[in-house]
Amino acid sequence: MGLFDRLKKGLERTRASLMGGIDNIFSGGKVIDEESLEELEELLISSDIGVKTASGIIESLEQRKSDVKKAGSPREFLKSEMTDLLGRPEPLVLFGEKPFVILTVGVNGAGKTTTIGKLASRFTQEGRSVVLAAADTFRAAAIEQLEIWSQRSGAQLIKQQAGGDPAAVAFDAVEAAKKRGSDVVIIDTAGRLHTKAPLMEELKKVRRVIQKAMPDAPQETLLVVDATNGQNALRQAELFNQAIAVTGIALTKLDGTAKGGIVFTIKRELGIPIKLLGIGEAVEDLRDFDPKDFIDALFG
Amino acid sequence: MLESLGERLEGIFKKLKGRGLLKEQDIELALKEVRVALLEADVNFRVVKDFVASVKEKATGKAVLESLTPGQQVVKIVHNEICQLLGGTEDKIKLAPNPPTVIMMIGLQGSGKTTTSAKLARIFKKEGRRPMLVAADLQRPAAVDQLITLGKQLDVPVHFTRDKMSPAALSSEALKKARLEARDIVIIDTAGRLHIDQALMVELKEIKEKTSPHETLLVADSMTGQEAVNIAKTFNEEIGLEGVILTKMDGDARGGAALSIKAVTGKPIKYMGTGEKLDMLEAFHPDRLASRVLGMGDVLSLIEKAQSAYDMAEAEKLGKKLMAESFTFEDLRDQLKKVRSMGSIESLLGMIPGLGAKLKNVKIDEKEFVKVEAVINSMTPSERRNRHLLNGSRRKRIAIGSGTQVSDVNRVVKQYVEMKKMLKMFKGGKGLRMPNIAGFR
Repeated sequence: MGLFDRLKKGLERTRASLMGGIDNIFSGGKVIDEESLEELEELLISSDIGVKTASGIIESLEQRKSDVKKAGSPREFLKSEMTDLLGRPEPLVLFGEKPFVILTVGVNGAGKTTTIGKLASRFTQEGRSVVLAAADTFRAAAIEQLEIWSQRSGAQLIKQQAGGDPAAVAFDAVEAAKKRGSDVVIIDTAGRLHTKAPLMEELKKVRRVIQKAMPDAPQETLLVVDATNGQNALRQAELFNQAIAVTGIALTKLDGTAKGGIVFTIKRELGIPIKLLGIGEAVEDLRDFDPKDFIDALFG
Repeated sequence: MLESLGERLEGIFKKLKGRGLLKEQDIELALKEVRVALLEADVNFRVVKDFVASVKEKATGKAVLESLTPGQQVVKIVHNEICQLLGGTEDKIKLAPNPPTVIMMIGLQGSGKTTTSAKLARIFKKEGRRPMLVAADLQRPAAVDQLITLGKQLDVPVHFTRDKMSPAALSSEALKKARLEARDIVIIDTAGRLHIDQALMVELKEIKEKTSPHETLLVADSMTGQEAVNIAKTFNEEIGLEGVILTKMDGDARGGAALSIKAVTGKPIKYMGTGEKLDMLEAFHPDRLASRVLGMGDVLSLIEKAQSAYDMAEAEKLGKKLMAESFTFEDLRDQLKKVRSMGSIESLLGMIPGLGAKLKNVKIDEKEFVKVEAVINSMTPSERRNRHLLNGSRRKRIAIGSGTQVSDVNRVVKQYVEMKKMLKMFKGGKGLRMPNIAGFR
C-alpha cells in the first residue's frame, strides 16, 4: 500500500462521517440556506472542530457567496477554506549542530512512548544514530516499555532507576549523545495533566538542565495529543505551550476516531504547527503532516 | 478561559430586561447559549439536541418568565436536568453472592485501565477484601510489568504469564487460582486498542465468555470529545457494560463525555479517577460534574456556605453601619470570623470559577488572619471603636497582649484605615478597589 493510500485508510472514519455528511447536505444541487447551514454546523461541531472554528466556516460560506460560486460547489469551497485553515506543511526537520534533541511531552495516555518508539525506528531506518532518554521515571514500567522500543529500533537507551530525577536522565542522555556523536536524542517524559502546576515546573526544570548540557537544546519540543480528545486538546496545547514553548504537535490515534476535526482547530486557534500524524499501529503509520495530502485524503 | 454559562446567560437577560416581561423567544436565545456551552464541554451533538428540548419545556414556565433573575433560573433548570441525566451517586460495584466477584476492565488505549485496575484493587483491599489482579493486556509493551509494579506497591497479587498464551486462557487460569487462594475479588486488566479493531473485540468477548464477569466496566478518559458516544456505544453493544469509570478528572476537561456516555448507554458512572496516585479514585458525584460541564466551578456549594454564614438581618445591619461610616475594629473582626467559618480561604477561592486556576500558585497565609484577630482581641472596647486612641504606648501594650510585634499592630490599623477608605469610595460610587488585606500577597 502506498503512503497516500495508508493515510486515506487511516482517515477512513473521519472521511466517512465528515465528507459523507457534507455530500449528504448538499446532495442534488441543494442551495445554501438556513437549514443546510445549520446541518453543516452540527456536522462540523460533531467532528470535534469546535464551536468557534465551525461558526467561522459557516460565516464565510454564508457571506462569500460569489466565492462559493467561483469554487463551483459548496463542497469545493469548503475544501479550499479548510485547506487555508491548515496552512503550509511544517514537518519535523533536523537542523543545526548534533545532537538534535527532541523533548516529548503530553498528558497521560496520549501515546508519548509509542510515538517516540516509532520516531526512533524512523530515524534509525534513515541511518541515523539515536539515543533514547527514559525520563518517565514515574509511571510503573514506563522504562521497560521504552526499553522494548529501543531494542526494536536499535536506538541506545539511557536510563536510571524508577523514581529517579527525570532532569538527570535527560542530561545524561544529551551528554552521552555528545560523546558518541549521535544524531538524535529523544526524551520521554512522564505524562502529566496540564493543570498540575508543580509537574509543569518539573518540565521547565528538565529543559533548563538539558540546556546545561547543550545551550540550543531542545531544538524540538513535541507535544503529543490524543486525537480522540475533544476541545480539551486546545487547553492542553495552550498550557503546555505557556510552560515550555511547544514547537510542534504530534497528533496520535487519528485512525481511531471519526472526529479528526481537532486538526483544524489546533492550527486555527493556537497557531502551533502539527508536525506528525499517528494513523495506525505500524511504524510507518507515524508520518509527517502534509495539509494538502490530508485534505486530499479527506475529500477523496 | 471559557466563560461560564451563568455569566453568558446573565449577559443576555440583562439586555432583555429593559423590555419588560420576558417572552418565549427570549428563552430561545438563552437556550442557544446553553447549547453552545454543552457543545464546548464536548457533550455529543445529538445528546445536546434532546437535552435542550427537554430544558426548553421546563424553562418556558412561569417561574422563569416572571423571575427577577431569569438567568439563574435557567442555569438552575439546566443544572438539575444534568444531575437527573447522570443519575444517583450510590452506584457501587455489586459483589457476587458466591465469590470471587469478577470485574473486567475494558477501554481504549491510554484511557487509564491499568492504573484504574490497581486503584480499584486498593479500594477493595482497604475494605478488608482479598483482591487479585490479572495482567491480561498482552499487547502493550511492558503493560504486564506495569501491573506487577503496581501490585507490589499495593501488596496485591498479580496473575501474569511470560509465555505465549491467550488472554482468555490466562484469565480463566487466574480464576481457578483465585478460588484456590480464596481471593474474593478478581480484577482483569485487558488490552486497549482502537475500538474499530475487530480483533480486540473478539479477544474481549473470549475473555468474557471464559470468565463470565459480574461487572464489566468501561474505563473512559474524561477528556474524550464527540467520539465518546461511539466508543461507549460500541463497547456496550459488543461486549456489554455494567458501568463506567471516568478517568483524568483532575484535569480541566469539562467532562461532557460523561453526559454522552450516560445518555447513550444508560449505564451508571461508578467512579472517577482524580489523580495519578493510587488512592485517587472517588465515588462519582453528578452534581459536581454538572457544575463543571456548565463551567460554574463549584459555585453552588460556595453560595450555600455563604448563606449559612450570613443571615439577612445581620447583613442589613452591617450595610447600615457602612453607610453611617461607623465600621469599627469589632466589625472587621466579625467579618473575618465569618469568612473563616466558611472553610479555609484556599478552598473557598478554589470554588470560584476562573479564579481557581489563576490562584493556583498563590499561597495564602491563614496565620495572618489569626494574627489580625489576636490584635483586635487585645484592644479595649473603646479602642476598637475609636482608632484615634491608639497611641504608641497603647500599641505596645496590644502587641504584648496579642503576642505580636508593634509592627503587626501598625499593619492591622493601616489595613483597617484602608478598608474604611475603600468603603467610603464604594458608598460614593467611585468603584471598588481591592484593599491590601492581610494574608493576600
